[in-house]
Amino acid sequence: MERIAELLGHFATLSLLAIGGASSTIPDMHRFLVEANGWLTDAQFSAMYAISQAAPGPNVLFVALFGWKVAGFGGSLAAIVGMCGPSSLIAVGFEYFAGRSPHARWPVLIRRGLAGLTIGLLLSTGWVLAASIDHRWTGIALTLATVVLTLKTRVHPLLLIGIGAAAGALGFV
Amino acid sequence: MPDHAPPPTPRTLFTEFARMGLSGFGGVLPFVRRAVVERNRWLDDREFVELLSLGQVLPGPNVINLAVMMGLRFAGWRGALAAFAGLVFVPMAIVLGLLLLYEHFQDIAAVRNMLRGMTAVAAGLVLATGVKLALGQSRTWRAALVGVGAFVAIGVLRWPLLPVMAVLVPLAIWLEWNTMRGVKTGKLEAE
Repeated sequence: MERIAELLGHFATLSLLAIGGASSTIPDMHRFLVEANGWLTDAQFSAMYAISQAAPGPNVLFVALFGWKVAGFGGSLAAIVGMCGPSSLIAVGFEYFAGRSPHARWPVLIRRGLAGLTIGLLLSTGWVLAASIDHRWTGIALTLATVVLTLKTRVHPLLLIGIGAAAGALGFV
Repeated sequence: MPDHAPPPTPRTLFTEFARMGLSGFGGVLPFVRRAVVERNRWLDDREFVELLSLGQVLPGPNVINLAVMMGLRFAGWRGALAAFAGLVFVPMAIVLGLLLLYEHFQDIAAVRNMLRGMTAVAAGLVLATGVKLALGQSRTWRAALVGVGAFVAIGVLRWPLLPVMAVLVPLAIWLEWNTMRGVKTGKLEAE
């Protein structure tokens, strides 16, 4: 019960800090769940994220898996409601009070100003995920190959995930 | 706005958003646009982009922001809740099902190794998204400063997000505001 409350509180804070989407808060989830509390191991953390990538649905659902590992079904609900609740309330507040009025300069200002920050956070997320599993050069090579293929070709992400799954199952990673 | 469909009920919002959530692997946004603009004609493209950019400026998962704003606009509070529940809770059942499957088989070494391979790819996908976004931006020293600062503090040093954001968010907006003001007053003719 205590863990569920802590999860709810922490993810509710992250909800308000998640600029550029939920993925940008993954490094802090890793710090909170793995390093500070020891509720998940490094391997579990990265496994939960990988499973969420192989399932349909909005990206944010990986937090439900973290929550489940910490405190079962109640934990998964606490994580998803915490992660989406406060930000959703702000969004409906905007729609309710300001949704129909034409936009002023400030959304442009905020979007442009925070773009660099969002990019830095996304790269941190990739870094934290890679550091959690890439201990052999083959893993690093697979991560780098994914970056290059995604940038240079139009290959579907799910196909790449499938290739990663096969390479891993065969013991290459 | 000539050919908008009548606004959906909460029930329709739930089933339609559940359908969108179940269609998308690795991001549902393309399916949301297709369903909202093309299939159901609830919004036209311009309205959709306006709502999306607002959803991206606000904190939180972008596509969830989009869904609750649309739900509220079409069917009030019940609409917002219905859109949220459809988009989040229906796919969540599948993800949790996959997790149970994994927990059942996780003692097999090949299954654990498979997940490691998937994570290596998932890390690459996130890094590629970051690089793609960086290439699409106008490259300025202020964006680089804030971006590198965030990467070092969060990715390398693993500092907590809250204090880092408390410094970097105001700094980033102040730098941008200063530049926009400079363009407006001084350098307008040079533009």
